Amino acid sequence: MVDMRGISVEFPGVKALSEVDFRLFPGEVHALMGENGAGKSTLIKALTGVYRTSAGTIRLNGRPVAFTGPGQAQQAGVSTVYQEVNLCSNLTVAENILLGREPRRFGAIDGRATRAAAAKLLDRIGLDIDPASQLGSHPIAVQQLVAIARALAVQARVLVLDEPTSSLDSDEVAELFRILRVLREEGVAILFVSHFIDQVYEIADRMTVLRNGRLVGEHLTRELDRLDLVSAMLGRELSTLEEVQRRTSHHAPGTEPVLQARGLGRAGAIAPFDLDIHAGEVVGLAGLLGSGRTELARLLFGADRPDTGTLTIGGKPARARGPRSMISHGVAFCSEDRKGEGVIADLSVRDNLVLAMQAARGWARPVPRRLAEDLVAEYIEKLDIRPADPGAVIGNLSGGNQQKVLLARWLVTRPRLLILDEPTRGIDVGAKAQIQKVVADLAAEGMAVVFISAELEEVVRVSDRVVVLRDRRKVAELAGHDVSVSDVMSAIAAQSGPVAAVAS
Amino acid sequence: MTVLAPSRPSGRLLPGRLPQRFLPVIATFAVFVITFGVGSFRYEGFFSGQVVANLFVDNAFLIVLAVGMTFVILTGGIDLSVGAVAALSTMIAAATLEAGWPPWLAVLTVLASGSTLGLLMGLVIHYFGVQPFIVTLAGMFLARGLCFLISVESVSIQDPVFRDLATSTISLPGDIVVTWSVVIALLTVAVAVYVLHLTRFGRTVYAVGGSESSARLMGLATSRAKVGVYMVSGFCSALGGLLFSLYMLSGYGLHAVGMELDVIAAVVIGGTVLAGGFGYVAGSVAGVLVLGTVQTLISFEGTLSSWWTKIVIGVLLLAFIMLQRLIVRQPSAAR
Repeated sequence: MVDMRGISVEFPGVKALSEVDFRLFPGEVHALMGENGAGKSTLIKALTGVYRTSAGTIRLNGRPVAFTGPGQAQQAGVSTVYQEVNLCSNLTVAENILLGREPRRFGAIDGRATRAAAAKLLDRIGLDIDPASQLGSHPIAVQQLVAIARALAVQARVLVLDEPTSSLDSDEVAELFRILRVLREEGVAILFVSHFIDQVYEIADRMTVLRNGRLVGEHLTRELDRLDLVSAMLGRELSTLEEVQRRTSHHAPGTEPVLQARGLGRAGAIAPFDLDIHAGEVVGLAGLLGSGRTELARLLFGADRPDTGTLTIGGKPARARGPRSMISHGVAFCSEDRKGEGVIADLSVRDNLVLAMQAARGWARPVPRRLAEDLVAEYIEKLDIRPADPGAVIGNLSGGNQQKVLLARWLVTRPRLLILDEPTRGIDVGAKAQIQKVVADLAAEGMAVVFISAELEEVVRVSDRVVVLRDRRKVAELAGHDVSVSDVMSAIAAQSGPVAAVAS
Repeated sequence: MTVLAPSRPSGRLLPGRLPQRFLPVIATFAVFVITFGVGSFRYEGFFSGQVVANLFVDNAFLIVLAVGMTFVILTGGIDLSVGAVAALSTMIAAATLEAGWPPWLAVLTVLASGSTLGLLMGLVIHYFGVQPFIVTLAGMFLARGLCFLISVESVSIQDPVFRDLATSTISLPGDIVVTWSVVIALLTVAVAVYVLHLTRFGRTVYAVGGSESSARLMGLATSRAKVGVYMVSGFCSALGGLLFSLYMLSGYGLHAVGMELDVIAAVVIGGTVLAGGFGYVAGSVAGVLVLGTVQTLISFEGTLSSWWTKIVIGVLLLAFIMLQRLIVRQPSAAR
């Protein structure tokens, strides 16, 4: 159905794709696999007409096509759901689903018919929300499903899903897969991109692996086992990953805690909690979506004001007056919202990296160019940021590499306490392992780290101590090397029903 | 998908409760009613249909300009040229009529030149990626300068058709008299509401204001919308200029100085968010009415200098922008 041959895409200074072939047949789910920066999103955007190709041909049903915009691609039956929810939160759910193809009566948009058509589509994917409600009033996961409903609204023959599951929990993923199977039966060709290897094996019939903008291979899912897939994606062995697993704790007990929270809480965000964090210790925060992980971290960083309790940093009481005062106390916070609260997309990697350092030094002492260059070069190497070009505009980097730059931004300020909120979400296995390794190394050097992740295995592997949250309340604190995922799961699930709801 | 039910904030609105997005518009109407109420309470003869009608008569041109500005601000842009384009329109109308052109041709020329100017600004803004603030600032200087190229003096309008149109009135029940300008302004409002809410162009305007990149990825005609709103604004400026020339019966390069700021104030007081995406034409009309009422109040008072109008407008503007911040912030904080 889709046949792409010798596709190359270039950005100023970056060759994002070179001579990639890709085929997609009707009635199949085809997974596109690769690390961050491998060119998955670029290939999709080349197909849907967002980017121009500099070489190669794209054929749809045997006819050569060259879409100049997503509108054209949609008319040709190629519909896309992007990783970040690309809808307009100021409009209603119904409008978002049917924007650009609203039913019309006498030349005017028929509001009632729009809502009815939207309700039908929402019903088809089993989403029970009011089509007339404003999109922004719904959580991200619901918005993602609305985006899928939108993609279904056109009679799509090719459905492209770019990381549709990164903000969904396991039940929602199951629901999405049910819909995908129905569509596959109907003969729709589905291109599916995900970092969750389990999901790919569950749903995909075939997969194409990319690495560094080049095609590595195309395989039937049942003929490629997981280990081969991962090494094809990484082009190397999983040594870094194992290194983290074998790491022994460097926690030196008895030292004064870097941060001490007593009865800290904020109404509606998180119930009062006590928490000690020591130097050289990684404290993991585990819990389900909406259990108060981010809220707790924001209190520690002073991004939100606590209603009750006290916060002591390095033995001295600290009144959380906002991020600036906490930064001066040596606390750094890496937000989960990379796009909204992290990178400044139009600036270069270098500028993004020195931002926090500049803020710490004050306006009167600019960061010398040479120092900035040295630091950037150091961290690009240390964190394996690709492309290794300090002048590259950060918006052109892949998600995982943007995350690494954010991490580096805080590391250059040499904080005493580093709070990482979902640093590995939506990034691939290799970058994940690298970030985990960096966290372990930092702790070994004496930095205190708070590590938040929705993936329990990761939290357990990285952390010396796991704080478990449930329903906006701290419910348990598990210490020691023998904490296992099932311990954490039972702490989460205690008195709250079956464990099955836990996303792994 | 029942699993979503607990985590979902009440998206379904309670019956009888108005959506939050109408709140700023309602607030503006409330302010209008309150200021008008204060006037009725303090001054004899204030509470009459004719005072209300006069609000429309005296501000017809402002309503038309505010309609155009609403389109632009909804996309997240700004148009600083509206006052100057309105002045240029009065000038072109007066000069062409003086030269003996038939009135219909003069009107067409004015509307065409205003729309063209808007179109050009829109094209520059969109295709060269220049800030709307700068482009329309340039357009403002250009239009203002062109006025004086035509004449440095005020040119009075002697054309009988124009004079008839300006002076003839329509009687409404209850001894209320309005001018044709009011009819034209209200028609403009009606057309604008239709376009914004019932056409794809209008919905695209809102989508662009919400998130331009999303709108583009959804396959909407974003460039057409972005350029189009400046053309609409240019057209409305020209039409507003024509109404102003009826009001003043002259064309002059110093007409409507600073009016772009009054218009922006009216639109913002009317609840349209400067960042784009939220707002209604009805709100902008209410905003103009609030400004007009404040002006009327101060003229009824008699002893107060007209500069008090500016002070009150400043306070109102500040209050409304703060109200908007509260409303825009709430949904994101509840996340």
